[in-house]
Amino acid sequence: MPPKHPLAIRWFHWLNFPLLSLMIWSGLLIYWAHDSFFAFPAWLYETTGIGFRLAEGMQYHFLFMWLFAVNGVCYVAYTLLSGEWRELVPGKDALAQAFQVVLHDLGIRKEPLPKAKFNAAQQIAYTGVVLMGLGSLVTGLAIYRPVQLAILHQVVGGYQNARNLHFLLTVGYVGFFFMHVGQVVRAGWPNFRAMVTGHE
Amino acid sequence: MSNRRSFLGFGLGGVAVIAGLRQLLNVSPHEWNEAISRKLLRPFKLAATFPAARAREPRANGQVGLENELETWQLNVASPDGARTLSLTDLQAMPHVSMTTELMCVEGWSEVVSWKGTLLRNLAPANAPEYVSLSTPDESYYVGLDLESALHPQTLLAWEMNGQPLTPEHGAPLRLVIPVKYGIKNIKRIGSIQFSSQRPADYWHERGYDWYAAL
Repeated sequence: MPPKHPLAIRWFHWLNFPLLSLMIWSGLLIYWAHDSFFAFPAWLYETTGIGFRLAEGMQYHFLFMWLFAVNGVCYVAYTLLSGEWRELVPGKDALAQAFQVVLHDLGIRKEPLPKAKFNAAQQIAYTGVVLMGLGSLVTGLAIYRPVQLAILHQVVGGYQNARNLHFLLTVGYVGFFFMHVGQVVRAGWPNFRAMVTGHE
Repeated sequence: MSNRRSFLGFGLGGVAVIAGLRQLLNVSPHEWNEAISRKLLRPFKLAATFPAARAREPRANGQVGLENELETWQLNVASPDGARTLSLTDLQAMPHVSMTTELMCVEGWSEVVSWKGTLLRNLAPANAPEYVSLSTPDESYYVGLDLESALHPQTLLAWEMNGQPLTPEHGAPLRLVIPVKYGIKNIKRIGSIQFSSQRPADYWHERGYDWYAAL
């Protein structure tokens, strides 16, 4: 039986988890130095030990960004070449279908959902998070080399705008994470196992 | 069976990845990134300029090396060709440049500021060696630059900020303005400039920041 999730996708997925965690952590070490968009309370920086570590944060962030970006590019390339993208990209009725998924998950809609590898809500979430990754890459490069990559810097509306968008996207990842883990818990062990072994 | 193998595979793979990442941390990502930047992002672009009306007073971060020695100030310039000493009047007799550029701090803030001064390249010897070192008169703050950034047509030895002579907290009487680098390289109250073939020490690099510090 062919696996539900191809081995390559399982690798990209499980590499992305520690890489994104490291990017968020090192990003917070940087964000601390100028938390202009949203000021976390001082006790949060103190208790988590993420204050006063800007140099370290930049060092880690500018290392793991390469691995994070390469992993993301490989994932997208694989889904395109393998045809897996057909399962992942939302169709034209996806919004209406996703609404039905939400009703179903909330217990309002009683009928079972149509059988598919990924439902419309999943397709929107999984494609959306990849687009967010592209957004992080573009805003990140605009912050990293605002003079030499002036075009990106202009596209994202300047240094502060780029930082704010970059931060907002991170908030989005955290939201995605909690939603995702919640849904995985609801779906149960065989579904989780399929992301490791490939088989449900 | 295949289940156990998969879990084991990802477990062992995960351990190998973590070990690999720990190895990666032993190399300096900053030096690695510098090498990539120097390959891919050359020749250097000009930094964006703004109408002078947009200029604001930037924060006065970084007061290291700004104590004393203002009355006896002079600029010492050294290169393999020899050494010379310049007064502010000597510098102001050189060709002027006025520009309004964005000063960007490693901390993440930025400010549009107007500057007036003379290009650092006007002090460079012909066939200048690979690096430039600048330090405050008391040598407590110092930055190192690659020659290409030092000779950039917007790298300025400035004596005026936003139409006024520099105040002490902003680096009077002469500071560096280098829009292709983070603010940490924009050294205030320059006492000496040395063109050298050795990669110079750098105050913030010694405290964990990127030596190259390019924007």
